[in-house]
Amino acid sequence: MIVNLVVLLACQLAGEVAARGLGLPVPGPVIGMALLFAALIMRPALAERIAPTTSALLAHLSLLFVPAGVGVVGHLDTLGQHGVALIAALLLSTVAAIMAGVYVFLLVARLTGASE
Amino acid sequence: MSPADPAEIWTYLRQDPLLWLTATLVAYALGDLAFRRAGRKPLINPVLVAVALLAMLLRLTGTPYERYFDGAQFVHFMLGPATVALAVPLHANLRLIRSAFWPMLAALIAGSVTALVSAVAIGAAFGLTGETLLSLAPKSVTAPVALGVAETIGGAPNLTAVLVIITGITGAVVATPLLNLLRIRDWRARGLAVGVAAHGIGTARAFQVNETAGAFAGIGMGLNALLTALIAPLLAPWLVALLAG
Repeated sequence: MIVNLVVLLACQLAGEVAARGLGLPVPGPVIGMALLFAALIMRPALAERIAPTTSALLAHLSLLFVPAGVGVVGHLDTLGQHGVALIAALLLSTVAAIMAGVYVFLLVARLTGASE
Repeated sequence: MSPADPAEIWTYLRQDPLLWLTATLVAYALGDLAFRRAGRKPLINPVLVAVALLAMLLRLTGTPYERYFDGAQFVHFMLGPATVALAVPLHANLRLIRSAFWPMLAALIAGSVTALVSAVAIGAAFGLTGETLLSLAPKSVTAPVALGVAETIGGAPNLTAVLVIITGITGAVVATPLLNLLRIRDWRARGLAVGVAAHGIGTARAFQVNETAGAFAGIGMGLNALLTALIAPLLAPWLVALLAG
């Protein structure tokens, strides 16, 4: 458990240092994810070791967004008089993006023979 | 020690991180319970329920967000390690991911560009202009990247922060009914599209539905952060000038 957390935190730390040091446009934890991924490719045995910790974390991933969500409620007035237009744009655009992603995936999967 | 009166106990509690950390976990547990009891209806999203409960509680007790966050920061902090942890399902689904390289790349580009262009175009159609439209452009990207992008292209990071979270919750709520309605059964496609359109909150939702969908959503989120950071500074100002100039 402790070792597993150290692995996660060390990857995140290395990611933060890399993001800042190299001025990359990606947040530290995302680089940390890439680093851990590389480590798993080199040492597949590590996956089995840390899986209990990572599964527990990811099973409750939505919990981790609650504090930020509560922060948004206090700032809903930043939407100002544009509230309705902004919410409409978010809703429609999110639906459009999901549909575009799904259909292009299925189309290209069929073209390249990668269908399920 | 003589018994303190309740007002004193309250004065202690409201200044201690313990209370708001506990409240955050309880609110989420209640949200999750409501979600299960309601037959896993996507609208009863645990995050949405927890946020509503906590916002009401903060208002009723007159607690400022900063004091709430003193406790809630421990939960918030775990977002970093959890993002790193996404590498494990990614690795577990490696064979599936390798065989779906081209569909993933194409869907990433399509979803990312659609998210950005449609948000700006729909916003402009509703009469939004300038800074507001630029704040809207990176709304599908994970928060830290979205704020950086908003700053770079001349949007308002404060507004973007709010729009990003609302987009995530919207995606988490609409994805399952929408994709079921469209009869999409490919978990790879479903996950990737939701991760690209609704970042971490969409990814969290995908993990609740299916492990493979979660893994693909994680990739979608990570790669869209990179892609939007690269294309938004080129695309968004031009698009805003074109549609609302």
